Amino acid sequence: MRIDSIKNGIVIDHIPAGRGMRLYELLGLDRLECSVAIIKNAQSSQMGRKDIIKIDADIPVNLDIIGYVAPNVTINIIRGGELVEKRAIGLPETLVDVIKCKNPRCITSTEQELKHIFRLDDPETRVYRCAYCDTKAENK
Amino acid sequence: MKQLKHLIDILDLSVDEINGLIESADDIIARPEKYSEKCRGKKLATLFFEPSTRTRLSFEAAMYELGGNVIGFSEAQSSSASKGESVADTAKVVSCYADIIAMRHPKEGAPLVAAQNASVPVINAGDGGHFHPTQTLADLLTIHREKGRLDNMTVGFCGDLKFGRTVHSLIGALSRYSGLRFILISPEELKLPSYVKQDVLKKAGIPYVQTTDLEGSMPELDILYMTRVQRERFFNEEDYLRLKDSYILTPEKLTNAKSDLSIMHPLPRVNEISVEIDKDPRACYFKQVLNGKYIRMALILKLLKEAGTVE
Repeated sequence: MRIDSIKNGIVIDHIPAGRGMRLYELLGLDRLECSVAIIKNAQSSQMGRKDIIKIDADIPVNLDIIGYVAPNVTINIIRGGELVEKRAIGLPETLVDVIKCKNPRCITSTEQELKHIFRLDDPETRVYRCAYCDTKAENK
Repeated sequence: MKQLKHLIDILDLSVDEINGLIESADDIIARPEKYSEKCRGKKLATLFFEPSTRTRLSFEAAMYELGGNVIGFSEAQSSSASKGESVADTAKVVSCYADIIAMRHPKEGAPLVAAQNASVPVINAGDGGHFHPTQTLADLLTIHREKGRLDNMTVGFCGDLKFGRTVHSLIGALSRYSGLRFILISPEELKLPSYVKQDVLKKAGIPYVQTTDLEGSMPELDILYMTRVQRERFFNEEDYLRLKDSYILTPEKLTNAKSDLSIMHPLPRVNEISVEIDKDPRACYFKQVLNGKYIRMALILKLLKEAGTVE
């Protein structure tokens, strides 16, 4: 299988195998007009198997979403066919409008204009809680 | 500009701040005349989007005893919420009329939204099954006045430990003091949620025992905190009726209790404490109500002082 190299864009590497599609959906990549490639189950010396996403445009991506769905990924920024920046992404402290609170008693269920904010409660177990009602976020 | 201090969660207050409020409440109890004009010309807005007569009256009595005035509403139907106004807008509007807000709301997190939008201090007077920090302050003041300390004791919680937010809050607040031990007495269906055990008790290293046996636990207790099995927390009437009488405290059950046990209850009670116990000097639940007013006075004063509204 051959995926053309990108000239200007982003490569999201080291995505745990199986999470690429979820990331694709959450980042809204289906709405882009440029080429987007998802490589599933690629061989990885570090991870065994991994997913990779290549976006053929230098667009802003929500790093919080990436960190939430797939912490420890690497983001490679490509310009003019060259790797110009490599960023490791960790677990974000706060998530704003990435996931929604499912608690029917939460104020976010009735006040539509409120942002859905989750805070990292326990980095070890990767537990996030709603900033308003403290409900634990469901598994990604 | 200095950030406004609100009270949304009991853990918004440091141990030092809680100790300061207890000290202030003790002084109010000892010398009420010193405080009778402290809030003259100031207004408390009680925004009660669901009825809670006792909590509202406690806040109102607290403000009146500080020489202040009260405006507000006692149910959502008589507020602009019935016209669809958001909590954020209500908070902005009421900030124009009042110096401090006490908000009760059925939705969890509503007082936090109010605090984010108000230009005066906001006190959470209960948000659904989530927080009720002034009840916890009343509980802490009661324990302190009865025992002279908040550390080194065995506290039994009995009844609905699953939905009882007063229990969760008090456990969270007490977990910051040393030498405590908890005995958690409840039916299987209403046990303390595992997240409270994990996040609070285990993190703080507090020893605890879970049991269904109220009488067997009695001799060990310094404090017995009874709770009501609340109808509104059940989705199913049958479950409520089956469990509501599980733990009823009677004089017989106190046979083996310590002579200086303090029996507490956030009230209202249904029948979980027999009325015969009201005469027992160990019954503290009506003192708790009174303490609630005094600690709310101390809190209103503290927040208004920090906001620069009163001296």
